[in-house]
Amino acid sequence: MERPFILKQFILVFLLFFAFTMHAQDDGGGEDEEGGYGSYVPEEVANADEAKGKELFNSLCAACHKRYRDATGPKLHGVTERRDMDWLYKWIVNSQELIKSGDSQAVQLYEEWNQVAMNAFPQLSNEDMDNILAYVEVPQEVKKDKETDVAASGEGQGGGGISTEIVLGLLAVVLLVLSVILYLVNKTLNRFAEANGIPVRADKPKGKPIWVAFAENQFLVLVAVVFLLLAVAWGGYGFLMQVGVDQGYEPIQPIHYSHRIHAGENQIECKYCHSSARVSKHSGIPSLNVCMNCHKQIAEVSEETATEEYSKEFYDNEIQKLYEATGWDESSQSYTGETKPVKWVRIHNLPDFAYFNHSQHVAVGGIECQECHGPVEEMEIMYQHSPLTMGWCINCHRETNIKVEGNAYYEKIHEELSKKYDVEELTAAEMGGLECGKCHY
Amino acid sequence: MKSLFSILLIAFCMTLVSCSDKSQPNYQYFPNMYESIPYDTYGEYPIFPQEQSALTVDEGSISRGFTPYEYEDSSEGYEKAKEELKNEVPYTEENLAEGRQLYTIYCATCHGDKGDGKGYLVEREKILGVPSYDDQGRAITEGSVYHVMWHGINTMGSYASQMDNKELWLVDHYVMQLKDELEGKEPREFESESE
Repeated sequence: MERPFILKQFILVFLLFFAFTMHAQDDGGGEDEEGGYGSYVPEEVANADEAKGKELFNSLCAACHKRYRDATGPKLHGVTERRDMDWLYKWIVNSQELIKSGDSQAVQLYEEWNQVAMNAFPQLSNEDMDNILAYVEVPQEVKKDKETDVAASGEGQGGGGISTEIVLGLLAVVLLVLSVILYLVNKTLNRFAEANGIPVRADKPKGKPIWVAFAENQFLVLVAVVFLLLAVAWGGYGFLMQVGVDQGYEPIQPIHYSHRIHAGENQIECKYCHSSARVSKHSGIPSLNVCMNCHKQIAEVSEETATEEYSKEFYDNEIQKLYEATGWDESSQSYTGETKPVKWVRIHNLPDFAYFNHSQHVAVGGIECQECHGPVEEMEIMYQHSPLTMGWCINCHRETNIKVEGNAYYEKIHEELSKKYDVEELTAAEMGGLECGKCHY
Repeated sequence: MKSLFSILLIAFCMTLVSCSDKSQPNYQYFPNMYESIPYDTYGEYPIFPQEQSALTVDEGSISRGFTPYEYEDSSEGYEKAKEELKNEVPYTEENLAEGRQLYTIYCATCHGDKGDGKGYLVEREKILGVPSYDDQGRAITEGSVYHVMWHGINTMGSYASQMDNKELWLVDHYVMQLKDELEGKEPREFESESE
């Protein structure tokens, strides 16, 4: 009677697990409720068209103002509570005039924001301004669900991984249960067989073991040895050839910079950040002021940027690391002067005895970055795409034609060399791209 | 016996696979042939402040081909540059084409291919508030464009670290040409390069 009881227990535990996971996956489906305007918002603003306002806001105001946080100018959400409408109309159309007229609120504001003058907008009608203010006063969406979700799971990274882990765990449990059941059933059946007197395993007659037969056949042994030696030689050659080759090297960087987002989704040119690839030997690791060209304005990623693997909180935290390194203080929108270097890990590194020049390939040769670095615009984490071995360099030099059009420097040499090799177009190799001294000196 | 052998084989294969750690560089034959004795450009050495060999240049050092820019980063400096600073690079077809290339790399993502402030990042609402070059209130000139590229303004950063003096002037030419286009003016005549 004991065994079925254990079985029952197993099934119970299994069911419990299942119920629990179903429950866990059900969570987090709630929807945000969009509230109306705050009670302080005047009627003309509440009735205005916020879609038109958004357009105007984005083209005229957003360079300096954000809705829910301070930027070059103060945050604008709640501005209709702070000021009355007539004052706002005057201020937006021409703030400098209002300051000069001695309006106490205007002067105070001007002093408070370090005397940064706001542009005049004479082109805006009162209706336009109502629309803008309507857009500004749209309450901020609260993303409660997501934050509590992350807090509950207790993991900062990758909110999407939880359910996969549960499923995997569940499968493991199922496998365990099944194997236990199989063992139990097998044992029971054996016992039944024993009790009924049926022989369970028919013992085979013992012949010569197969390896003894093999060892006695000299020809087979010889062939086997030859194959073994060939296999060892092949393995050894492969092993030795990969020493010092870092293809696929994918180190963890101090800041999780995603080329996929920057070069892929946002289509920023490679040379925007790696500007020295045009003019120097190095492609250059961009200094942080280049990051801040955009990230002064972009302090957080959008919801759509987040993926299953990396959550919005994770990316936002990486931007905070950039601010920490540059000493950018978000609340005052200025640099504190306290900087610390980001210790990027270098991935592509040629040995010291080989010379390579980026500008020669990028500017003169006109070769796309992706030719050597692979599909960088799809890489979430940067890795080395090409082997960067000498054979790899030489292959490309043999196959690539030189662009001579519109380059007077090549005219004479091209003419002579194409006569010498009797070809229309010269490859890099025929121009001397295989000479030792070109890269080793 | 047989099962023991296969277990060992699987274990061996697994150790082989687990040995290749992608986050570590591979080993080398003779590291002293691979690694340079002098300091590498982006190396980490105890001799440098914060251990980084990539440093900002000393104040007052000047690179080859550099001309100092004398207008200061303030609204007075801006007004002054806007009025009196002139482009010293001749306006030729070649220079304009070169300026266009640089413009496409550095400016077009925000300012748009036509200079109307509708670049790809603006359309995706990543960066907002980019004005068109024909904005009446700003009325940009050669001098003001150069000043802004050099020092940056509001949320736009400085581009002096990504382009040198001449390249900035080339972009300046192209920006002014885009402005003319937006305003529907006649294209400016090319100068012949004679120096």
